[in-house]
Amino acid sequence: MSDTQSGKIPVTVLTGYLGAGKTTLLNRILSESHGKKYAVVVNEFGEIGIDNDLVVGADEEVFEMNNGCICCTVRGDLIRIIDGLLRRKGDFDGIIVETTGLADPAPVAQTFFVDETVGAKTTLDAVVTVADAKWLKDRLKDAPEAKNQIAFADVILLNKTDLVTETELKDVEMRIRAINPFARIHRTQRSEIAIDKVLGQGAFDLDRIQAIDPDFLEGGHKHFHDEDMQSFSFSTEKALDPDKFFPWIQELTQREGPNILRSKGILAFKDDPERFVFQGVHMILDGDHQRPWRADEAKLSRIVFIGRKLDRAALEKGFLSCVA
Amino acid sequence: MAALSSTPSSLTSRLRRLDLGAGVVGLRFLGTAAGFVLGNGEIVLVEAEETRLRAHHGAVLSVASDARRILTGGDDGRVVATRGDGVAEPLAEQKGRWIDQVASATDGGFAFSAGKTAHFRPVKGEARSLDLPSTVGGLAFAPKGTRLAIAHYGGVTLWFPNAQAKPEVLEWKGSHRGVAWHPEGRFVVTTMQEATLHGWRLPDGANMRMSGYPSRVRSMEFTAGGRFLATSGSAEVILWPFGSKEGPMGKQPVMLAPRDVRVSCVAAHPKDDVIACGYEDGLVLMSRLADGAEILVRAPGASPVSALAWRGDGGALAVGTEDGAGGLLIL
Repeated sequence: MSDTQSGKIPVTVLTGYLGAGKTTLLNRILSESHGKKYAVVVNEFGEIGIDNDLVVGADEEVFEMNNGCICCTVRGDLIRIIDGLLRRKGDFDGIIVETTGLADPAPVAQTFFVDETVGAKTTLDAVVTVADAKWLKDRLKDAPEAKNQIAFADVILLNKTDLVTETELKDVEMRIRAINPFARIHRTQRSEIAIDKVLGQGAFDLDRIQAIDPDFLEGGHKHFHDEDMQSFSFSTEKALDPDKFFPWIQELTQREGPNILRSKGILAFKDDPERFVFQGVHMILDGDHQRPWRADEAKLSRIVFIGRKLDRAALEKGFLSCVA
Repeated sequence: MAALSSTPSSLTSRLRRLDLGAGVVGLRFLGTAAGFVLGNGEIVLVEAEETRLRAHHGAVLSVASDARRILTGGDDGRVVATRGDGVAEPLAEQKGRWIDQVASATDGGFAFSAGKTAHFRPVKGEARSLDLPSTVGGLAFAPKGTRLAIAHYGGVTLWFPNAQAKPEVLEWKGSHRGVAWHPEGRFVVTTMQEATLHGWRLPDGANMRMSGYPSRVRSMEFTAGGRFLATSGSAEVILWPFGSKEGPMGKQPVMLAPRDVRVSCVAAHPKDDVIACGYEDGLVLMSRLADGAEILVRAPGASPVSALAWRGDGGALAVGTEDGAGGLLIL
């Protein structure tokens, strides 16, 4: 795991609408014997059935940053809690942050990019969303929070699958895919899942962005379109010009940041033997060279956006205008 | 200080090295004993001998002191007072909470916060508490009397715990973390979540923005008499002039001890215009305001300097780092 190599403590953000099975999953993670110890930041005490001196209550205080960026919000309480937990470094292997069922995951995720200490000492491992297989379809219609949680997820537990038929299950999976094409979906009952499918995902780790779902790139998800949340991907086999790409993506995320929930890309720049990978949360972007392109892989530049009110044609035109 | 000269010199050979075993989160002198407060809940008192004691069953989250004792707040929900003789006594407890901040008044009273509530415990009289709009980021008593500055999201609340009057709120958008009073009580300054300081002039509440830092300011201290506010956060010590009634507005800060590594911690000499500067690479030096003369105290090490303190008479300097290395220099 790259987080242990870098010495950074991995943080998993656990989201999910009310009643989806978040607490059950948390209790499972804490009670199973996997030889690891986790510090847990919860929004409500008392729901955790495990005696653990590293369970901390949070206040869900969302702070705006004075950096001229209206969507740049962070969780102030989380910054303080992680500062405090870092003083007990060595007592635990990872941190799990549970959010309330109605929480927007963006401020939590942005905290790990915006605060220097938190960013230097911890690494956001993945946003894990627990979804109720029976009720998710309804929540996607009436609860924007539920949709945000799906859009933000790196890993989705489609839970309570025993309460629906296989046909219903496929239907809800396609609705999830229509919102978020790059999350890994696991079908579960009573939140039962191998811990290594939830923790240690490295989903925000640039070294681990291996691929963007080829099915998605080939348009294999056309069965459903969400009325509100959009996901677009574009690709080109022509090398990109970094002097065109960076100004474009920066201007785009500055302007459209509030509407872009997540972005990811794997890019081939002209005369550059290495893959460049990036990902973003709203206006915040993180990117780096990852590794040399292998001889057997196509130098294909791919980019994905998940968001609302996005102009597909303008995004595509903008991306393709970055060709060298 | 006669020991300082304009030629670079070094006192590294005279620095007594200490292996403390856990990251230093605070440093305070109790008389001649240097008290190293460790993140793991222990305090090591160092004179000729080292005395190690356990103050908290968990991490220490904040540190304050008065002339006789070190006050610590921990994630075990306790406020503990540790005296120079090595006796640690719990002063307050909030079961299941974290004590995020502690502050001590000159008369022996103290304050602490857990979440959004600030608590005041006077030497005599009734304990009081105040609920704030958000979690308390910093607590500090005014240099005289028992007025308490409480930093939080959106500004600072000035509270007279013994008065019925409604607390005064100094507003400024953003998350305020550390808070300090000017020694003459004329200004209140906060460190913010952003890489900037904010200040208010009292009593008119005029705003003062002190910005330009490349990283968040974690350490700030007024120099003797309050002439300057020394701050970390940049690759040199930034000193804002606070000698006049107007404060630093419209004036350039003084810069000392520039390097290619950021300053992580500062401590102002209690009598002279000399600043102890600790850097992110573990180096420590003393620098004199008058002419910028520098003396090296500690060579670079493995981790950032996390705490610095001068003895009350200015005759000793103690150093602590994030990885648990310590140092004591008797001048």
